[in-house]
Amino acid sequence: TETFGISTAQLTPLCSVKNLIQVPTVRSTDFEVHRNWLAITHSLPVSRWYYENTSEWTLDYPPLFAWFELGLSQVARRFDANMLQVENLNYASPATVLFQRLSVIVTDVVFIYAARECCRCVREPKGSRDVLSRPSFVLAVLLLWNFGLLVVDHIHFQYNGFLFGFLLLSVAKHLQSQHLQGALLFAFLLNLKHIYLYVAPAYGVYLLRSYCFAQDNKDGSVRWSSFSPLRLLALGAIVTSVCALSFGPFIAMGQLPQVLSRLFPFKRGLCHAYWAPNIWALYNVLDKSLAVLGVRLKLLEEAELPPASMTGGLVQEFEHSVLPSVTPAVTLVCTLLSILPAVASIWLRPHGAQGFLRCLLLCALGCFMFGWHVHEKAILIAILPLSILAVESREDAGIFLILTTTGHYSLFPLLFTPAELPIKVVLMLMFTIFSFTALRKLHSAQGSLLHPLEVIYLLGLVAVAIACEVVFPLSPWQQRLPFLPLLVTSVYCAMGVCYAFLRLYASLLLRREEKPKQL
Amino acid sequence: MQTWSLVSICVLLAIIARWGVSLNSYSGAGKPPMFGDYEAQRHWQEVTYNLPIQEWYFNTTNNDLNYWGLDYPPLTAYHSWICAYIAKTINPEWVELHKSRGYESTQHKLFMRMTVLVADLLIYIPAVVLYCLYLTDGSSKKKVSIMFCFLLYPGLILIDYGHFQYNGVSLGFALWGILALGLGWDVLGSMAFSLALNYKQMELYHALPFFCYLLGKCIKTGLIGRGLFLLVRIGVTVLATFALCWLPFLAEPSQAMQVVRRIFPVARGLFEDKVANTWCSLNTLIKIKSILSGDSQLYLSLACTLLAVLPSCIRLLTKPTFWHFKLALVNSSLAFFLFSFQVHEKSILLAALPACLLLNDLPLMALWFLQASTFSMLPLFLKDGLLVPYIVTSLGFLFFSIYLLSALDHCSEDKLRLGAYNKLFYWLPKMDLAFIVRWKFYISIAAMVGLSIATAVLIPPPHLPDLFPVLVSTTAFLHFLGTFIHFNVVQFSEPPSRKSQKKSN
Repeated sequence: TETFGISTAQLTPLCSVKNLIQVPTVRSTDFEVHRNWLAITHSLPVSRWYYENTSEWTLDYPPLFAWFELGLSQVARRFDANMLQVENLNYASPATVLFQRLSVIVTDVVFIYAARECCRCVREPKGSRDVLSRPSFVLAVLLLWNFGLLVVDHIHFQYNGFLFGFLLLSVAKHLQSQHLQGALLFAFLLNLKHIYLYVAPAYGVYLLRSYCFAQDNKDGSVRWSSFSPLRLLALGAIVTSVCALSFGPFIAMGQLPQVLSRLFPFKRGLCHAYWAPNIWALYNVLDKSLAVLGVRLKLLEEAELPPASMTGGLVQEFEHSVLPSVTPAVTLVCTLLSILPAVASIWLRPHGAQGFLRCLLLCALGCFMFGWHVHEKAILIAILPLSILAVESREDAGIFLILTTTGHYSLFPLLFTPAELPIKVVLMLMFTIFSFTALRKLHSAQGSLLHPLEVIYLLGLVAVAIACEVVFPLSPWQQRLPFLPLLVTSVYCAMGVCYAFLRLYASLLLRREEKPKQL
Repeated sequence: MQTWSLVSICVLLAIIARWGVSLNSYSGAGKPPMFGDYEAQRHWQEVTYNLPIQEWYFNTTNNDLNYWGLDYPPLTAYHSWICAYIAKTINPEWVELHKSRGYESTQHKLFMRMTVLVADLLIYIPAVVLYCLYLTDGSSKKKVSIMFCFLLYPGLILIDYGHFQYNGVSLGFALWGILALGLGWDVLGSMAFSLALNYKQMELYHALPFFCYLLGKCIKTGLIGRGLFLLVRIGVTVLATFALCWLPFLAEPSQAMQVVRRIFPVARGLFEDKVANTWCSLNTLIKIKSILSGDSQLYLSLACTLLAVLPSCIRLLTKPTFWHFKLALVNSSLAFFLFSFQVHEKSILLAALPACLLLNDLPLMALWFLQASTFSMLPLFLKDGLLVPYIVTSLGFLFFSIYLLSALDHCSEDKLRLGAYNKLFYWLPKMDLAFIVRWKFYISIAAMVGLSIATAVLIPPPHLPDLFPVLVSTTAFLHFLGTFIHFNVVQFSEPPSRKSQKKSN
């Protein structure tokens, strides 16, 4: 903790310093989204919150987040009361901007606390080393200066630091064997942002298996007799009470269907305007290339193909031309199939909290890979917890480097103005240099972290970056195929993410040396 | 971790800080008809690109010297020409003769900020990195910490990337000169410094120490033989560099004279605006400007400046070591700043650069002075709308330099070189000077913070409209005067012994 004390002291002011300087940067639509939610929760009665649609950015987070915005709006009143009028669409006075940015910086306190707790869970090797090479320091920097979080929260604007704080804190509590606290925090988190349903199976199965069944047999299998109904009841009580706190008023008003329809809008299409680097990106590209090939080989009529709507940049429903179209049901099935082995593995042979963490990562990645309308920011759900594993094991460090570098690079299109180009490039360089050199130093005794082919793949990222950011805007294709760089980015990164997914699976399923722990 | 990765991370952080400040407003933004320094630089690009060299410094129909006429030496003009060439390829509207006056757009702002960043990356930042890695003592972590604090100095970042100027180029060249001198490459050092002089004439503040150091070195190596040879080589290099820079203007004497007239405008008064130097502060008590005539003001300032500069330079002449050179640089630039004619508040940067060099040896005093120098420019920052970057960079710098350099820990009398004070004031009862200094530091920082808040937030009473700028400049003046006296005392006391240096690391 004393190491962390030093690193927090060093790093937090750096973060906030940098962020305050960037107050005048270009704001994204998410800024207007949150301003709109501040206005809705402040000015309208509770019964209208999930019906309001003056602005296109309707409230689509669970009610606990709406209560959070209500709390924020009380403070916002002192900065600029005009931002709380629902009709003031795209209102962005300097006071509003300052307030929003300050709110992100302040709520980041949760994240800093969570990072500290995670650092306490990391095993320190024997022998004093200098501060910069200690695992807890490296973890602290990897978490606090995570490029993705900085870009998404402080430049692009969201409250992910706050939310990830809950996730990491919950994970840390489980690593410290305080399961009820961990469950409580996760319940809060689910009610703040429902995207964390991605990792709910891991929590469910782990808590059921390792917490409700208090003891295991010698060989690691389930001891049915040790089932503790009290523990199950405790968990159930926690979850239901949190849900009641958040959804209660809406259930009482009978608005639950409306709320759920706002939370899960399935009309939005398989992929976002910019494809997240998952399986469906590869699927789309395959489909497109087969279509083009088919036209060239005269197997298909060009007129039969639907217009180029996938790369058209709009979020809408569309169909694939050659391969079968993908419906939400299909994605659900694929997702469940992909996480089934992981979940089964921690049921049959639990490896304690470490195994749970691995399963959490696999659930997050699985849902990212196969989910419906996945946003590329969701890769952070996998990257941040993986940092904890990366500072402890060499193999995980290698996977971390690949996943992080490709995942972070896939966030580049979020910042597309020329003013932000130096910032994103420099921040990315900084994080990459640090993660490579620090992790290499940590695991130097055990050999190199990356296979030469992996290194080549990562260097290829540099080539892609230069091509997309520098070469393409100056080339003649800029007009005809404006979404080509996005396509190339998401496909290239998708390959890296898939590879990391498979390697993580291998590391979970092939693990044999750890004995199951007693709780 | 390896040094190269730490160094690159620190440099990248410094770039982020700079670019972050760039995104804020610049001087004269949206303020016709004259705008500010940003428009001046843009105008110079316009003038140098479109007009022949002979017309650059002259008042012609195409070149109205009243609207931001060129008043820096030729190297600035050449730099503007290069930038204009690039600007023309991107968007000719930016440098169209006459029509582009007052041109403001987000694209153009990006371009201009980029030129500053590129110049910094090519000249200033490498010099800082090399200086900190090769000319400071200590472990590699200490060197990187010093480099980081050096690069984070708020004054330069805010002026170059906020207000908009190219001080990084001239200070960078001067730093290359200092670096070369420190490594023993005197000829190259003098060439670099000549380039700095040819970029901004204000580098003359540093000229005396360079001269005295090199002369002293030549004398030490023997005025007959190697010393004389060195002197001749340096002289030839300096003359050649000057000739090269002024080449287009040496064709006709009238050309050269006009340039000189532009870069040394003696028709102006003792001071303009509120500056933290002696004359302005004295003016609050006695109205000097109205008492003395223009000529006598000139002579008075000349005399005072010379008197203030001489002790330090003579000491350097007799003991030409690198340590004395660094101190003389600070003393000389401070002397010029405090007593010279027509000083601008931005000239404090010329004293700040040598102070950054002393971050290793005298961390507390150096960072105290650097903080005060940033504070002294607060009214300028407020005028440019740079309050938030000012707060953030100052706090960041203060925090990191105190933490990374352990400035408040190495606070014994020995470290602060306060021994001389004990000898001077032997009749006073023995006090713990280090303790006093630490408390003075806390009080001063509190005063600066308080005044900053007051200047930013409060409205001055109507009969004293300039109350806060005057308070700021007077407080800063007191700090500068104190720093000036202290560094002079340090220069005249014993230099640090090798043993005590090793212990402090």
